[in-house]
Amino acid sequence: MRELTCDVAVIGAGPAGMAAAIAAREQGAEHVLIVERDIATGGILQQCIHPGFGLSYFNEELTGPEYADRFAARVQELGVEILFDSMVLRLSESGGLICSSPNSGMTHIKAGAVVLAMGCRERTRFNLRIPGTRPAGVYTAGSAQRLINRQNEMVGKRVVILGSGDIGMIMARRLTLEGAKVEAVVEIMSYLAGLTRNKVQCLDDFNIPLLLEHTVTRIVGERRVEGVWIAAVDEKRNPILSTEKFVACDTLLLSVGLLPENELTKAAGIKISPITNGPEVNQYMQTSSPHIFACGNVLHVNDLVDNVSVESQTAGKAAAQYAAGELSAANIIDCTAGTGVRYVCPQHIAVQSSDTSVRLYFRVRSPGGKTRIWAQRGDEVLKEKVVSRVSPGEMEHLDLNIPSTFDKSIISVQVEEVV
Amino acid sequence: MSYKADIVIIGAGAVGTAIARELAKYHVHVMVVDKRDDVGGDASKSNSSIICSGADCPPNTLESELCRSSRAMIEDVVRELDIPFWKCGAIMPAVTQQQMDILPHIYDDAYANHVYDVEYLSPKQILEMEPEINPNVLGGLFIPGDAVIDPFLLVVAQAENAAANGVEFLLNAEVKQIAVDQGRVTAVETTQGTIQTQLVINAAGLFCDAIAGMVGEADDFVVKPRKGQFFILDKNTPVKTSHIIYPIPTPETRGKLLLQTVHGNMLLGPTAEDLDDKDDHSTSAEELAGVERDCKMLVPNIRVEDAITQYCGLRPNRIPAGFHIGFGKKTKGYFGISGIRSTGISTSLGIAKYVVKMLQESGIRLERNFEFQSHRKGIEKFSEASDERRAKLIEENPLYGRVICRCETVTEAEIVEAIHRPVGARTVDAVKRRVRAGTGRCQSGFCTPKVIEILARELKIPVTDVKKNLTGSNMLAGMVRRGDINA
Amino acid sequence: MREQEIICTVCPQGCRIHIIGDETGVHTVTGNTCVRGDIYARSEFVRPVRTLTTTVYVENAAEPLLPVRTAKPVPKDKLEDCMAIIRKAVFRAPITAHQVLIANIAGTGVDLIASTERMEGGSV
Repeated sequence: MRELTCDVAVIGAGPAGMAAAIAAREQGAEHVLIVERDIATGGILQQCIHPGFGLSYFNEELTGPEYADRFAARVQELGVEILFDSMVLRLSESGGLICSSPNSGMTHIKAGAVVLAMGCRERTRFNLRIPGTRPAGVYTAGSAQRLINRQNEMVGKRVVILGSGDIGMIMARRLTLEGAKVEAVVEIMSYLAGLTRNKVQCLDDFNIPLLLEHTVTRIVGERRVEGVWIAAVDEKRNPILSTEKFVACDTLLLSVGLLPENELTKAAGIKISPITNGPEVNQYMQTSSPHIFACGNVLHVNDLVDNVSVESQTAGKAAAQYAAGELSAANIIDCTAGTGVRYVCPQHIAVQSSDTSVRLYFRVRSPGGKTRIWAQRGDEVLKEKVVSRVSPGEMEHLDLNIPSTFDKSIISVQVEEVV
Repeated sequence: MSYKADIVIIGAGAVGTAIARELAKYHVHVMVVDKRDDVGGDASKSNSSIICSGADCPPNTLESELCRSSRAMIEDVVRELDIPFWKCGAIMPAVTQQQMDILPHIYDDAYANHVYDVEYLSPKQILEMEPEINPNVLGGLFIPGDAVIDPFLLVVAQAENAAANGVEFLLNAEVKQIAVDQGRVTAVETTQGTIQTQLVINAAGLFCDAIAGMVGEADDFVVKPRKGQFFILDKNTPVKTSHIIYPIPTPETRGKLLLQTVHGNMLLGPTAEDLDDKDDHSTSAEELAGVERDCKMLVPNIRVEDAITQYCGLRPNRIPAGFHIGFGKKTKGYFGISGIRSTGISTSLGIAKYVVKMLQESGIRLERNFEFQSHRKGIEKFSEASDERRAKLIEENPLYGRVICRCETVTEAEIVEAIHRPVGARTVDAVKRRVRAGTGRCQSGFCTPKVIEILARELKIPVTDVKKNLTGSNMLAGMVRRGDINA
Repeated sequence: MREQEIICTVCPQGCRIHIIGDETGVHTVTGNTCVRGDIYARSEFVRPVRTLTTTVYVENAAEPLLPVRTAKPVPKDKLEDCMAIIRKAVFRAPITAHQVLIANIAGTGVDLIASTERMEGGSV
């Protein structure tokens, strides 16, 4: 087995991995190495050919490939090494990685620190327990996006899309532009899962109906999809069978959520949050294994790549510091989700010898109008702000200053709609 | 196309392929035809994956005899064919006094079936063996001989081994008619051409009544589908069992069981729904809710929310029931097999021996082929190899270094080999069943786009011709750009 | 007189803007909470524009498709005309990022440009 040594090894050359690698190099790590399973950088952004990226990070609107190219150029400039066509099989016992590749065979990479940036996968029809047959023509939205935008392969001609997430709506437009008929976008909740702009520009522009509080109850077709049954749902989101309607189509696309892909993380015994499905981290994106850091969608599913870039820079910088022996952290504060909050990331804060600023990312449980957001430690409100609206589909954040004097305690993030 | 064969076997399921392999031990030209694109049939690929010891068969029946004789052979056969097999044993826990009262009958049936190793268990013993079983358990039975297997791999391995020994497979070949001249079979006409033959063996399972009807041998029975629906859970689910967990059977049904497959997934099911439509492969929310409810009676903490797939199979339910194996009453050269309902995988090896013996006893001369190669090597799994072995595999074939299915760590080399083997994979599902690409938690979201391209490349067909399984199950609807040059 | 309700997409707020006008111009804009919304609503009312993103066929690169975009938004009613031209177009690598592939596409006055680069040859 080939052996390589580096200061920081990064798994994945998508937006998270590239931002982390850049930050690690800029922090002074000499040999930074990315292991990438694809033959090019950019990860999922290669197939996200639509605009909407970079509005907050670059202050301009870019397509996915353009956003990725900016990071790829910097990766190259800084001399970050990339092993393409290479799959990490596991984190090694000695703190590195074991990977395989057709060109270089099995490689053991020894690293001073590791950054996990493997991204996420899509939820399937079976996660939703949609019954019926198992014909050709049932695709997750991301798989269909890859087939259409990278492989030149059209998935179908008459399409129903389940889930109003951004990928689903963007695929509705993409399929329509390429000549398919999108019969409907079906959403079980009473509100849109993705951004309003995508409803306007991807659905309304092309007169694609959006059915809120509906779901697909059955898939029909022995060979290829012949149609789906769609029903309204009650307040408990159970289908109302008397409202079932058959919609003929040859394709069902599922845009029903993403799950951080943490098989390597779990196998290495790293503590996973049952809510985010990603590793628990502190403000340095450091996991329960001190030399392993995590960022991007492997940590928690983000709605904006701009946030991923920021969080991944934190992870990359800290990984370089750790590899150089400059990062010591004792997690003595736990961050918890209080009223109206689904999760907070990072889950822990390490108090340092000087004051440190920490950004807490979180998601609310349900949509709301004008809302007060605050972080509380015991009876003390550390920070608060009022925002004009909140949505579970959009990540919120609070910036806290953590003084060196804080001892073991819990900080809870809470939201309350202001009437 | 026209063909000639000494014997034509209709149906490439567990029974058909077992007979094909058994006949390959003789100097006889055998062709196996199947209307599907792959071997494995219906019930043979979609079942509960159990090899029964025969303990719970109806005593003093052909089924009981063949189950027991198959069990005696299976461990050698899985070694010869290099396929996974796990003698995990089965526990049958009783949670009510009524169920306790049934245990002695099951014990006595096992004894009558010459299965003598069944033992009574105390609640303490049961909970030591399986801590996740319902703590209210009152007692139970242990059936040590029951085991699990990958039923599709058993079928495909037998088919490959038969093919390597000269048996021909004609797939995508639906039998349209069996030609009979003066009361004797002369040919089998399929959608792929006609095969001249003197002997037809009907191993068509769910459709054996239709085949029998072609030669007037279906006057006294029909076959109805009995649907069984299943859940498969993620390998990472926290609650797993290390034995098959059977419910206490009732007069109506054997009930829904739990087991851990040879691949490490928990399997829950099956339902038993009597239908008329032999093409109804749909699962239903209500029936699967019943699977969840019943399985939780046995293992209360089982996490059905970790299900990564659901599927169903149609067992051929013969009316009247019972194993019926033998020559036709009216048509010479016709040999029928019907009534193989729930124990097809468990009895197939015995059925094959029994069929060959009957052929010989009828006067058909079968000359032993001592060149028969009994061993078949499985496709080497990258996921199960040591790092040193992996390095060697990649050195010999670089495609072993490229992981295509990340959930199950299946490499491109394994997929390519599955395509190019005898009776090789022609479809996305055929690849999945042979090497497990797409059977993991993402349910092929990541690997399907790649498997489509590998199939097209290796089979030298346009990607738009790649199918999921059957004719008409094309994965793609066309090309996005320049479809003209790919047409 | 023409009335229209427009959901603003400038920011995630999604204001519902009510707009009244005719051929001579916009008379009233109500419901917006910022000036960017006012500009957006007027543009949507008069002639909505969209950035078109899609792919073109490249015959000599490792991947068959190249992501492309219009350099600026084009009138929404011209999207189908643009697609008709794009469907037929074939290009050859090397192509640099932001290279103009089709100038003044469909008479919009806007160029179709490459979203990223493509090298020649190679196979996937």
